Amino acid sequence: MTIDPVNLAAILAMGIVTYLTRIAGFLIADRLPKSGPVRVALDALPPAVLVAVVAPIVLSGPIEAVAGIATLLLAFRLPLIGVVVVGVGLVALLRLAFG
Amino acid sequence: MTTSPLADVRAGLIAVFPPVVAVVPFALILGQQATAKGLSPAEMLAMSSIVFAGSSQLIAVGLWSQPAPIAALALMALLVNLRHVLMGASLSGKIAHFGRLRPLAAFLLTDEAWALSERRAIDQPISRAFYFTVALTLFGFWQVASVLGTLLGAHLEHPEALGLDFAFPAIFIALALGFWKGARRTGPVLVASATVAVIVHATVPGAWYVIAGALAGIVAAVLAAPREAPAGKEATP
Repeated sequence: MTIDPVNLAAILAMGIVTYLTRIAGFLIADRLPKSGPVRVALDALPPAVLVAVVAPIVLSGPIEAVAGIATLLLAFRLPLIGVVVVGVGLVALLRLAFG
Repeated sequence: MTTSPLADVRAGLIAVFPPVVAVVPFALILGQQATAKGLSPAEMLAMSSIVFAGSSQLIAVGLWSQPAPIAALALMALLVNLRHVLMGASLSGKIAHFGRLRPLAAFLLTDEAWALSERRAIDQPISRAFYFTVALTLFGFWQVASVLGTLLGAHLEHPEALGLDFAFPAIFIALALGFWKGARRTGPVLVASATVAVIVHATVPGAWYVIAGALAGIVAAVLAAPREAPAGKEATP
């Protein structure tokens, strides 16, 4: 149960830059206009980020692609937890069958 | 449109449940990997509480060596977590009323807390009770599960066979649907973001694909928007 000083320094360095990325958006946003193209861009940001994170994962293999499409269709009907359970179960089954 | 703090705490707990289910196995795997790299449970707790950013922690553990490559780890964390700048910029106005709690809200900002809050902001204002219930619950489970992972890690040898790595994309796909505002407005955003993210992911090492995809998405939104404004002037046939 010890903490190595070099490891701690690395953890602190990671923590500081990570906090800077978190607070930077708040500081910039206070100076941004409330309407116009910048507003349109900010409003589009949530779906744009979500899709950018997910698209390479979903297209990383046939099993992930099938599960991704199934998840998308299920999400119209099921609550979030149901989507997660069925998505995870489907990936596990497909990997068992074809993996 | 105000709800009681207690109701918001309840709404937060209900909303955060699926991400907790996704995050716990992820944190257990992180802990197991950290043990394999020689990090102690105390070091795991220090990293999870000070950095508190899952993807960058997992990549950091992959890069870890003795002595720790401080500059490389910090630069990696910066690149992987740059997406927080975009998330914070989008969330900022919606939590302007947090006042002095804003720096703490920033510290607890994660993909999951951000996505759930943005989703909630579509229907109603984000209260302090809702945000901090979601964010602190994730923080608590992250600490406990990542430290547990260092202690029990040896038993989790093939977590991908259980499909647990798919919980995170499943949550994001379901949440992304909540932002759908019609094919003309949201369609170009999704197509541009997905296309650029996939291309950059395949060609550029590191986490640039999230930034590149998100930027492509918002450029598409801006380019698609002006066509809608003048269209309103034309009378319907």
